[in-house]
Formats: sequence, C-alpha cells, structure tokens
Amino acid sequence: MSADSNKQDKDVQRDLEQNQNEYISTSGALDDEQRVKVLSPGALVAKRFFRNKLAMAGLIILVTMFSFSFIGGMLTPYGESQVFRKNDVILKDFAMMSENNDFLYTNAEGKDFPSIAGAKMILAVNNGETAFEAKDVTYSLIKEDENLYQVAQLSPVANVLTLKGKSSFTAEEESGAVSEAMKNAYEAAVAAGEDNFEAEGVSYYIVKNGKESAISIMDRTALASKKVFSAQGGTTLSYEFKLNAEKAFNDHASSFSADGNTYELEAGENTGFIRLDGEDYAIISAYAVRPVGSEALSLPFIRAVQESVLANEASMEYTADGGDSTHYKIETKGNEFKIRSEQMTQLNDDFASPNKAHFMGTDGNGMDVLTRLMYGGRISLMIGFVAIAIEILFGVVIGGIAGYFGKWIDTILMRVVDVVICIPAMPLYIIVGSIMDYYQIDPRIRIYLLCAILGLINWPPIARMVRGQILSFREQEFMTATEATGIRVSRRIFKHLIPNVIPNLIVIATMGLGEIIIMEATLSFLGIGVKFPYASWGNIINSVNDIFVMTNYWFVWIPAGFLILITVLGFNFVGDGLRDAFDPKMKR
Amino acid sequence: MKKFLIRRLLLSIVILFFVSFIIYSIERCLPTSYVEGKARQMSQKAGARPYEELLEQLTNSYGLEGNMLQGYAKWLSNAVKGEFGDSWVWSKPVTEKFKDVIWYSFAMSGISFIFQVIVAIPLGILSARKQYSRADYAVTVFALIGISLPTFFIATLLKWVFSINLGWFDLYGIVGRMHEQLSPIGQLLDMGKHLILPVVTLTVVSVGNLMRYTRTNMLEVLNSDYIRTARAKGLSENRVINYHAFRNILIPIVTLLGSTIPTLFGGAMITETLFQIPGIGYTSYLSLTQGDVPFTMFYMVFLAILTLLGTLIADILYAVVDPRVRVN
Repeated sequence: MSADSNKQDKDVQRDLEQNQNEYISTSGALDDEQRVKVLSPGALVAKRFFRNKLAMAGLIILVTMFSFSFIGGMLTPYGESQVFRKNDVILKDFAMMSENNDFLYTNAEGKDFPSIAGAKMILAVNNGETAFEAKDVTYSLIKEDENLYQVAQLSPVANVLTLKGKSSFTAEEESGAVSEAMKNAYEAAVAAGEDNFEAEGVSYYIVKNGKESAISIMDRTALASKKVFSAQGGTTLSYEFKLNAEKAFNDHASSFSADGNTYELEAGENTGFIRLDGEDYAIISAYAVRPVGSEALSLPFIRAVQESVLANEASMEYTADGGDSTHYKIETKGNEFKIRSEQMTQLNDDFASPNKAHFMGTDGNGMDVLTRLMYGGRISLMIGFVAIAIEILFGVVIGGIAGYFGKWIDTILMRVVDVVICIPAMPLYIIVGSIMDYYQIDPRIRIYLLCAILGLINWPPIARMVRGQILSFREQEFMTATEATGIRVSRRIFKHLIPNVIPNLIVIATMGLGEIIIMEATLSFLGIGVKFPYASWGNIINSVNDIFVMTNYWFVWIPAGFLILITVLGFNFVGDGLRDAFDPKMKR
Repeated sequence: MKKFLIRRLLLSIVILFFVSFIIYSIERCLPTSYVEGKARQMSQKAGARPYEELLEQLTNSYGLEGNMLQGYAKWLSNAVKGEFGDSWVWSKPVTEKFKDVIWYSFAMSGISFIFQVIVAIPLGILSARKQYSRADYAVTVFALIGISLPTFFIATLLKWVFSINLGWFDLYGIVGRMHEQLSPIGQLLDMGKHLILPVVTLTVVSVGNLMRYTRTNMLEVLNSDYIRTARAKGLSENRVINYHAFRNILIPIVTLLGSTIPTLFGGAMITETLFQIPGIGYTSYLSLTQGDVPFTMFYMVFLAILTLLGTLIADILYAVVDPRVRVN
C-alpha cells in the first residue's frame, strides 16, 4: 500500500512541476483558456501507449527490423541468391609411382605373344623349367637374369651326339645341311661353355641333353622383364634396345649399342638413365611412374619423381620446360607413392567466417548470410502481414455476420468455426507442404500459397472474438440509442459497431503476426515452407539439420534465430502496449 | 447439466464427422501415395509382376479402391466400431502402435506441465503483487520471450550448448547406447536423462502464457472490493494474498489447466521430432511424411477429439468451480 501511495505522490508532484512550466492564465472569465483540456480518445490511447516503456522498446525493435529488411535489402551490395566464389589450392592426384613386380612383355618385331602364354611362362619360371607350351606352340625360356627372360621358339637344325670328345652332326630332315663353319662355331661355343653361337650370320642355340644336344635356330618371340622403360615422347622402344639396355644396366656398363646407335647409360641402383647424343632418351627402372590423368609425363619429370621418391623426400619442386615451377607433395601408401600437385581451383566460398566482405560470413551455398537475412526478413514480414490480412478478412466477415444477425445464421457459422478449430494445424501444414513438394510448385507461387494456407487455418479465433464483441455491443445502450434514433442499418454497423471492435482487432492482429512469423519459420525449418532460392529466416536455420554445420558454423543459424525472436518479441511488446492503452482496466 | 452434456456430445459427434471428412479428403489428395511408392519398389525386384498389376492389388488390399466418398464411408464404418486398420509404415494395428508410443508423449508433456505450473503461478502472482516493479517487468519480458521463441530455435540452442559443447546429453533419442545393459532403475534414469532437454524446451516455450494469465487474473482479483475489505480489516498482506486472493484466482486457472489436460496426450510434434523422442508426435510426423493414411487419420481425429474434450472440460470446470456460472 505504502509503495502505491508513494508512487501516486510522485505522480502528482511531477504533474505539478510540469504545470509550473506551462503558461497559467490569470483571466477570471470562463473562456477557452480556463477550460479543462480534454484529449480525444485517440490521443489518450497514443499517450498511454508512448508512456509504456516495453511498448516503446517493441516499436523501436519493429522499426529497426523493418529498416533492416526493406532498406537494408536495398542498400546491400549483394543479391539475394548471389553465389560467391573463391580461389583455393586443392591437392589433386597427379601421378602414381610403384615398384613393378610383374613381368612386362615386349614382343619381337612381327611376333605375337598371347597373354595365355605369358601366364604359362610365369608358371615355368616359378618351376625352374626352361620350356613351356601354350596353344600348341612350344616356347623356350632363355634366362638372362632373375628378372629378365627371352622367350623364343626353337626350330632344331641339327642333332649332335658327342662321344669321347668327338661330335657327330646329323642334320634335321627339313632344314638341310650342316656347314663346316657351323660345326667349328659349335665346337668353339661348347669349349667356351656358351649356349649360343653365330655362324654365317645366323644365330644358333644349343640345347643340351646329356650326350646329345640339339642345335636350333632361335626365333625370338618376346622379352619378359620386370624393369619398366619410359621413353621420351611416347617413342616405342625396340626389342633389341630393351634387351641390350637391360643387360648393360645389370652389368653396370656405361654404354650399349642397339639398332645401330650407341647409347650412354647412367646406371643407378634402381634406375638407369639412357641418353642418345647427350639428350635424354629413355629411363629403365624397377619403378613404374604412371600419370593419374590423361596427360603424358615427360622424361625429366619421371626422373625427378624417381629421384625424390627414392631419396625419401616428402615433397618436390619441379620446373617444367616452360619455366613454371610446381610444388608436388609425395604421399606414401604401402608400396605406392602418390604425387599430388597443388592446383588453383575455383570453389564456392561456403561457410566463410565473418570477414570484411561478408560481415556475417557465408552459408552452405556460398551466399552472403547478412544479405539473406535481410531478404528473409522481407519474406517473413510479408507472409505475416498477408496472412494476418486474410485472417482478419475472414474473421471479421464471418464473426460479424454471426454476431449481428444471430439466430440460425449464428449457429451455423459457429459450427463452421468449431470444425475449422478442430482441424489439427501442424499435420495439415505438413500434408499440404508435401502436396506442394510433389507438384514442384514454383517457389514464388509457393510463398503466396503459404500465406493463404496460414490465413485460412487461423481465422476462427478472430471470428469468435468479433462475434462475442458484437453480441455484447448489440445489447448496450448506445446501440439501443442508434436504433431509437432511427439511424440506418449500414451506418449503425460501420459507424458505431465496427469502430468499437477495432481496438481488440488491432491487438489480436499484432500478437497474431508474431505467431504467424513463428509458424512460417517452423514450416521453412522443416523444409515445407519457403524454398530455395528465396530466403526466409526459417530456412536459413534449416542448415542446422546437418550436425556438422550446427557445431562449426554458429554464425549461419544463430543470427537468424535471434532475428525471429527479436521480431516476434517486438510484435508482442507492441500488442501488449496497445491492449494496455486501449483498455487501461486490463493493466496488461 | 445432464441435458447440456448430451447436447454437447451430440454436437461434438457432428463436428467430428465433418472434421474427419475434411481430413480424409485432403489426405486422399496426396499425390505421392504410399501405395504407389510401394508398388514401384516391389515392381523393381527381380521376377516381380508389372507395376500396374501390383498397384491394383495393393490398392485393393489397402482398401483404397473406389472414389473418395466410398473410401471415407468405409473408413468411417470401421472407425465407429473402433477399428482403425493397420498402419502401413509401422505394419501393425494403428491402435497398437498408438499404445506403444503414447506414454512417451504423455510423460514428456506431463512433466513439462508440472514444471509450468510450478514456475508460472508463483511468478505470475509475484509480478501482479509488485505491479510496475522491476520484478514485474522482468517476469513480463521473460514470459514474452518464451512466447516469442520458436520451438526449433530453443531446441537447437539447447542441443548446441548442452549436447555438443558441454556433452552432457545425447543429441537424439530416448535411450542411450548402453541402455540394454542397465538395471531397470538405470534404464528409467537413462530415459529420464534423455527427456531433460525436450522437457526444458516445452516448458520454456509454453510457460509464458500461463504466467501472463495468472498475472492478469491476480491483478483483477487484487483490485476487487473483497480484497480491499480484507485489507481494511487489518489482515496481514500475506494472508490477504495467500488466502483471500489466491483462492479466487484458482477459478480461472483451474479452468485453463483443466482444458489443457487433454492436450497432454496430443504429443508435441516439433519438439519430439527435433529430439527424436518416439512419442505420438514423432511417430505421426514420420507417418505423415510417408503418406501412411490409416495412422494419420487416427492421429488427426484423435487430436480433434482432444480439442473438443478440452473445451468441454473448460466449460464444465467453469460451472463447477464458480457456482455463479450455469452451464446452459
């Protein structure tokens, strides 16, 4: 009690102080100056409203939100669905390097070595055999090294029987005579312990079998080797080149000749570099370097990769002929080495943290969050206003008719209101949303449909309120008076009845706006409201459905939620203040 | 009273008839019907019959043949007998699935309801007693913030703070990973722990209305003559408030609370969906999005009944608590 009386004293005091500053008339006559100043009802409401601190706060919030959405949207340099791009370095696989453990086959000129024969050959190698058969052809294996075999077809020319150091030659029926030169060459080869010899320009091969041996013409078919050759510019290397190069490599020779050329060889432990006339010509290596893309690798690059990998380096710098230097990263995975290059690529600038260009960062589509918040505000507010207008239209018409005419019209209309109230709103929205999804309705039309649906579901409370008010006003004296004075019906309704309903209507509409904004945001959040590319505060928060976004990119969703909260709060503050101002007895 | 009740019940039946018809027609408008999807899925299996044949067979077995009116008549004749059919998504009788899930929803809404009462009524009375004080402003602002908060936003914030940053609760679900190994009491506590965030969400978004309702009614009562009389007789302020005023605000509050009791069974669709609590709300959300007509029909009619029940209870309670009001 004492607090109240104190407060009243203060109020009185304040009023007195205010009056002292005003001009006080000294006239004794009852003229205009002396009349008690009476405010019009509207001014009284305004005065009460502006005194209410919370209502003023709400008004300021709303003005801010409107300027943010509508003026902000005009001022922002970015578009609503403008996607920002950025250049970024991404690692791309460029080449692979691996140790080669399989035999690679090189066919001799004009010869064919089917893959089935290759499989048979590997079996023969593993079993230590010197001959194998594939597709009715007998091949002989000539071992040059652990990893290098020549595959040849031998056609016997003669049989040799050696008894007590004397050899007797028997020529094969088909291939004719055995010359003296051949015999001498054979003796020399046996004496030297070699298994091949040359006579009169033809190569022969000796297959020993105890005391008997066979002299055969060797018909080279293929070369099987575990070494990998890479040649400059995709040149095919000949059988002879490969054979001689590998032999030279195994012998650590510094040069070899093949196909009439002499090549220099710089042999390392695993890799040999072959030059012709001082120019890089080929690489022989235990490792295979393959490009990941379609681009062929140059010889110097392969050389650089091999040197870096074998030196266990984690990265390498390679300068191409053009002088462009590229950085490569080398990743080891088991026996495989990945050479990855850092390449500049254009990407969507998504989830950029707040920075100078984007004050609130960018979202998952690389769009400016601040700009989308502004445009989202426009749509949220627009949907709120349109939906509430529909609600009021339906509510006032149906409630007004029911209240004014009463009787059976009232009964029927109120049952309609009951039915609409009983339809569960949320499930209905979900069903309607999925119907719209199915027909893939244009996002812009969808926004209008959303307004219509929200308005059509939510009008019953307004209708009830209007009906109740009109029913009670009809019984009051002022309406009886209008009837008694014979004012015509339309004037009675529009001049005397409706204006009395308006205060409550304004309050309900203001509070209802907030509810509609929440409803719209909820639907957009669930993905059945406003759709991309249009922004709404609800569908901006929608990104939290991805936990990763929710965890790491708070700046995408927290501002949108905050704006919804603030805006709805503003509407509620103002609605509250209006109710207070219209009807001081209710005292909030 | 008896006459009033009978009239209201008859009226409710008429309303339910229209409501269910509207809902049924909207649902039959769903173009992405469950049956079509299922037929398409079955027709893609090896050795399956063609799509049209399967569609026809499924349409018949799901009772969807004929036009909408025939379908509605069929549904209604079964529903009157209490047969709501088998749910398509959950492949068991609708009522059985309902029995499985309703108690989660009820527990969640019930606990939140109790919290609302505990928080809102004392705070509402406090703010009315000290009208225009700081406490009053604080309560008003708090209540309005609660009303203005979208459910999904407060739920996401709570998850972000308590599940992700602090790691106190799981993000989703009603049971933890080790639920099966726990003792019965441990299992109960585990479920309770998973209900904390949903209950907080529900309480925060719905406490504001009750708080403001209490405050408005308390203010009205405090300005009435009998309170002035009580004060004039020299009763202590506490006695005036706690005895004379409080009894009289019970009338509107009991009426309001009574009318909200049926809604406790309705399930909080958004909250349950966000936290994946397997209550009636989340179950219905899944059914709705997959076009499960029997379950959705049952749920929507169930909600309509709850709404009607709520207004009926409010009317009756009003008459019971305040003898000045006559029901008819």
